[in-house]
Amino acid sequence: MKTQDNINRRAFLKVSALASGAFMIGVSYRSTAYGKPHEGEKTWEPNLYVRIDPDESITIVSKNPEGGQGIKTAMPMIVAECLEVDWNNVTVEQANLDDRYGRQVAGGSRGTPDGWDDLRIAGTGAMVMLRNAAAEKWGVSPNECSAANGAIHHKKSKRTLTYGKLTTLATKQSVPDAKSLKLKSRPEEFKILGKRIPGVDNKKIFTGTLGYGCDTRLDGMVYAVFEKCPSFGGRVKSANTEQLKGFPGVVDAFVVDGTDDLKGLMPGVAIVAETWWEAQSARKQLQVDWETIQSDSTASYQRQAEALSKEPGKTLGSVGNVDKAFDKAHKVLEAQYYYPFVSHANMEPQNCTAFLHPSGKMELWAPTQNPKSGRGLISKTLGISEDRIHVNMTRLGGGFGRRLTSDFMVEAAWIASKLDRPVQLQWTREDDMQHDFYRPAAWHNLKAAIDKDGKMTAWENHFVTFGNNGRTTSGANLSPKHYPSGLTPNFRLRQSMIPLKVPTGPWRSPGHSAYCFAFQSFMDEIALAGGRDPLEFRLDLLKQRYGETDFNTERAAGTLKLATKNANWGRKMGPNQGQGLAFHFDHGAYVAFVAEVTAQPSGQFKVDQVYAAADAGPVLNRSGADNQVEGGFIDALSTSFLEISFTNGATDQSNFSNYNLLRMNQAPSISVDYVQSDYSPTGLGEPPIAPATPAVTNALFAASGKRVRSMPLGKEGLYI
Amino acid sequence: MSEIKLKINGEERAVDVSSDMPLLWALRDKLNMTGTKYSCGIGQCGACTVLVNGTPMRACITPAASIAGMDITTIEGLDSEGEHPVQQAWHKVDVPQCGYCQGGQILTAVSLIERNSNPTDADIDAAHSGNICRCGTYHRIRKAVKLAAALKRGDA
Repeated sequence: MKTQDNINRRAFLKVSALASGAFMIGVSYRSTAYGKPHEGEKTWEPNLYVRIDPDESITIVSKNPEGGQGIKTAMPMIVAECLEVDWNNVTVEQANLDDRYGRQVAGGSRGTPDGWDDLRIAGTGAMVMLRNAAAEKWGVSPNECSAANGAIHHKKSKRTLTYGKLTTLATKQSVPDAKSLKLKSRPEEFKILGKRIPGVDNKKIFTGTLGYGCDTRLDGMVYAVFEKCPSFGGRVKSANTEQLKGFPGVVDAFVVDGTDDLKGLMPGVAIVAETWWEAQSARKQLQVDWETIQSDSTASYQRQAEALSKEPGKTLGSVGNVDKAFDKAHKVLEAQYYYPFVSHANMEPQNCTAFLHPSGKMELWAPTQNPKSGRGLISKTLGISEDRIHVNMTRLGGGFGRRLTSDFMVEAAWIASKLDRPVQLQWTREDDMQHDFYRPAAWHNLKAAIDKDGKMTAWENHFVTFGNNGRTTSGANLSPKHYPSGLTPNFRLRQSMIPLKVPTGPWRSPGHSAYCFAFQSFMDEIALAGGRDPLEFRLDLLKQRYGETDFNTERAAGTLKLATKNANWGRKMGPNQGQGLAFHFDHGAYVAFVAEVTAQPSGQFKVDQVYAAADAGPVLNRSGADNQVEGGFIDALSTSFLEISFTNGATDQSNFSNYNLLRMNQAPSISVDYVQSDYSPTGLGEPPIAPATPAVTNALFAASGKRVRSMPLGKEGLYI
Repeated sequence: MSEIKLKINGEERAVDVSSDMPLLWALRDKLNMTGTKYSCGIGQCGACTVLVNGTPMRACITPAASIAGMDITTIEGLDSEGEHPVQQAWHKVDVPQCGYCQGGQILTAVSLIERNSNPTDADIDAAHSGNICRCGTYHRIRKAVKLAAALKRGDA
């Protein structure tokens, strides 16, 4: 077997015989191929994606966490496509955390672009070896053989061998050089990809048998709640834990000193009981004397933002001469845009199950987007070496970036370390909403110059955001290379930071999901101030270059053209109706929306119809892709009505009663179309979020003349 | 704590609960039936929806003891092969994203099409407005409910 001689290839194939006579084939990633072997292993292990059993069953492993983004269906589809098997015969298996897989993260919409080459190689390489095996058996040239529907066919002699009958012989074939493989890449070559394939876990979801993190049930398991200081960072001075130990069902109650790391193990009080309800009932009698360390408030942020907006801030990027352009301008527009902090509000509140085995091994069952990071945090905090920590990856009841942070994992591990039974830590909804890593608020003081032809000659943004010690906090940064940088002769981004003590983090399409509202709304203002059509203005802007852009302007224009064509942009609308347009680029994909609304003078409005156009390269699973675009729009619309605020360092909102997500009767119908460009496919979990809100608010302007420059929309007198 | 008898999915189950323990936790922690989900705990989101004598109820705020003897249907009790018209429609339309709310959505739909053989968008919106879907599958739920009703009527 050739296994080690092509180590310099980007990815390599490796085969190992299984006792069953089946064979396994996998792909190594650069990170593992060139990195140090996993501790405890003497040789390189292949990353295993495919298993073919003699009984013809095909198993494909999905390595990344599944939280609704559809990765567990779409990635195995790539393998099945290239392996030439019938999708109906495929069983998909969820991997646990295993360093041989390289990156195992649901984040950055990177699952698809990272998996595209490697999974095609895994599938195609296996298929080629099966073909070579059949050719050898028949004594014919492999070129005369073809693969289809889980079998190799020799047309001339009309012979067929199914994969299950070729496994033993396939293990003896030399491994093809990845570079020699012809990989399918275009929709016209696909049999499975591009189709509407329902989610692989659907049946389990519909029968209530799918295990999310909180559904983990183990023998002897107990349940825990964990109370942290409502004011972020507060420490426990004392608590009535001894009293709580006498409550019904309570197994233990203790103070956790914790650390100062807001993303790590925070101080608090753990209560453990035979059932969760008993733990939570005891918690209602919990009395804690907290030592608070800060008193941040939304009101204070607001005051600071007002003061900072009058200062010059720090220039992060500048092109041309903005000041001169404003002096010479035919018209200068100025507006301040604002969006508040928001919460992730996953339907499944944070939870994690942990068991410290008598051997000292820590085992976890975690609904996490980032299992490796969780393992690292636990290792660091509890002093357990990483090779003694095993993470079982469950399905997530929503991710949206919240579960990239591993606080709930380290809490469960810590509590488990004090017990000799498995324990499930289950947060309440209130815990979840009040101890989130929020998408940060920001103010954009925007200024644009236009000439007498309605052409934008300068764009300036004074971005008032949050940061400590000279650095923006997580999710609070904005690149000076971002749109419309490179598209206007004079451009400047200035930044000021408000210090903050509450935790922030990535929220689905971090940054983009927030500031696109400001940029695409202000673009409308500029277009209309110059007497131009919002579509024509945007397309025109994409044609000129004044330096580099961080995206492909033609692809952006392509989505704008498709969405507006489908919406019949510019057609005459009824009374109180309007169309709004917005587009964006992030995470490798391009999305444009046209929203059509009916707005009543009372402020009540309805989104009647939405036309979406996306370019994420070839569409892998049409059903999954549509679901992301539809869901992304609704998520953004929902979020435009939401706000997290702070008083005395603590979160004001607590549950869906005061953080009320969009309901079905408020949700629009969305039609989705694609530009299937020649570029490699990219993820769609994040890109549909950003342009959704400005498409709606631009439509509101078209319908009612009211320009929305601040969220939540309810505070603007709008409701849906 | 006292023992009560719950009739769940046609089966009588004895369970030892405190008088205030909601059905949700009796199901999840006492009976290890985890298809019914916890999400808000205050009857706002519908993730914990079960049918009690055919009517959608919020298991998170319904004391188990208060519905002893009544017919309780959980998502596990619908059709274990996924052949109920609502389950079939949900698959055909490929409704779920994360799927966490879908058990509650499905039981809500089951109850709706029992009462209304041909629901309109407004009927569906009204029936489902207590069930939050954070992923935004509302658009597909509407479509799936209509398909389920048609399957049940026998014209799909």
